[in-house]
Amino acid sequence: MEALLEILGELHPEIDFETNDRLIDDKILDSFDIITVIAEINDEYDVAIPAHEITPENFNSAKALYELIERLLDED
Amino acid sequence: MLFTSYGFILFLCVVIGLYYIIPKRFQWKLLLVSSFVFYYFSGWSNLLYISVTIISTYFIGLKLDSLNKKQEIYLKENKGTLSREDKKAYKEKIKAKRWKWLLLCLIFNLGILAVIKYTNFAIANINSIFTLFKMNELSFVNFLLPMGISFYTFQTMGYIIDVYRGKYGPEKNIGKLALFVSFFPQLIQGPISRFDDLSLSLYKEHGFDSKNFSYGFQRVLWGYFKKLVIADRIVVAVLEITKNPDTYDGIFVLVGMVFYAVQLYADFTGGIDITIGIAQMLGIKVKENFIRPYFSKSIVEYWRRWHITMGTWFKDYIFYPLSVCKPMLNLSKSSRNRFGEKIGKRAPVYVATIAVWFTTGIWHGSSWNFIVWGLLNGFVILVSQELEPLYAKFHQKFHVGETFGFRLFQVIRTFLLMSSLRILDCYRDVGVSFKMFGSMFTKLNINELFAGSLLKLGLNISDYIVLLIGVIILITFSLVQRSGSVREKISIKPAILRYTIYVLLFFSIIIFGAYGIGFDSNQFIYNQF
Repeated sequence: MEALLEILGELHPEIDFETNDRLIDDKILDSFDIITVIAEINDEYDVAIPAHEITPENFNSAKALYELIERLLDED
Repeated sequence: MLFTSYGFILFLCVVIGLYYIIPKRFQWKLLLVSSFVFYYFSGWSNLLYISVTIISTYFIGLKLDSLNKKQEIYLKENKGTLSREDKKAYKEKIKAKRWKWLLLCLIFNLGILAVIKYTNFAIANINSIFTLFKMNELSFVNFLLPMGISFYTFQTMGYIIDVYRGKYGPEKNIGKLALFVSFFPQLIQGPISRFDDLSLSLYKEHGFDSKNFSYGFQRVLWGYFKKLVIADRIVVAVLEITKNPDTYDGIFVLVGMVFYAVQLYADFTGGIDITIGIAQMLGIKVKENFIRPYFSKSIVEYWRRWHITMGTWFKDYIFYPLSVCKPMLNLSKSSRNRFGEKIGKRAPVYVATIAVWFTTGIWHGSSWNFIVWGLLNGFVILVSQELEPLYAKFHQKFHVGETFGFRLFQVIRTFLLMSSLRILDCYRDVGVSFKMFGSMFTKLNINELFAGSLLKLGLNISDYIVLLIGVIILITFSLVQRSGSVREKISIKPAILRYTIYVLLFFSIIIFGAYGIGFDSNQFIYNQF
């Protein structure tokens, strides 16, 4: 989770990613940010997030995103 | 059969009448038959194309489902004996098979679209190369472009990709799938619906709901008002200016550009209002396609609010899959090593953005002007993305971000920028478009407008007055709509005021409609796609 928070923090230092759960709904993360985050996650966790998992539910908070990473790692 | 023809009005009355008379379980079947009858009037051969798309997608959807089930059964039956690696290998094998079927469906259906829509464009380009080498030119092929083929093909391909991804199971009833693909109000100009959004209300049994019916009818009237009173009137001046670039340059290009922005908005959003309104009269919910796009403060925001269902389609089925596919992630890695962290991170976004906007351009038409238009949109988006930190610093330093004046400036800037890009759509020729754009700066003589020239564009004083009032109504409507549904707001007004509004709207279409309902001179712009 630490590493994920760091990845997100680099993109938007002004946002508290530990508490914010409206990253997509409030348009904090745009599509360009999402792609950057996915590429970084791929590097950091060695997990590929498929396109169909790019949904508001999975990207609205760091917690949800981390759960997605864990699920994908588990499926792998 | 255009929305503005008498034939369509009669057809609609019969369909709606029958819809609420017949037993509810037959309602979706009636809509299916009506949709095919509606499409038949645009040419019987069109029925063939749409049927091929429906049948191929239906069977491939079932095939994808059967592969899924096969996997489930196999894994269940061999639960105790398979190792983790065996399971993974089996899943990969099934996934590869599913991918092949999906690819077949996409290539087959997008192939039909590509052949019909782009063969002559390809031939024209090949011929220009042949001419250089003094070779014999190829002859053009005479294809009839089925109305709405780009819309229904994209909608159907969205469905099959979702089935492949396991978002939902395939529709088992071919008739129901056929209705989803061919639902007549949205068949020829969208919105591009998603199966999970539309299907539930499309197949549901609907009792007559007077509020829904009345709201739907009001929206249909509003759509006709936009189309017949505004779009079909202003188009005369737009055509006069853009068809005669030698006569009308300089300030007239600016006038044409702004007029075209009004025409396109009134035409396309008007058509979508009619679509959503008809669906609502039938109790069916169709997704919104516009959220006051001309109030956008940036081009990125504009594309989030204009033709929304097309934008999200490109995002979900091209931009994201392309950006996060393995080769793209590898490209990102190698670019980071070669060109540094900053460029490496942006590589997938850049490539995917260019691909999406190239596709968006060519989706709109098989000519270079649309491709250049699409690529320029992508270019402006990427540049604004790069300049964002600079904008943020500027806003912070001068505290202009939230002032009304600055927001108004942003809205006008975005409107002019988008209108400038649309010059490529107006003149349909890349060279002429750039020349005319340039003439706005080199030959800008505002006095020309006050020498009676505006009255030589095919519109008289009363046309301009009607247009001015029409545009004021459009802007007022959008301003009021920001705080909630206009129809809801009207519905709580005293009956006398309410009915006055409805009657005025109705008669303004009859009296001020440029040609009136029944005169098919101008089809909707987006019907061509």
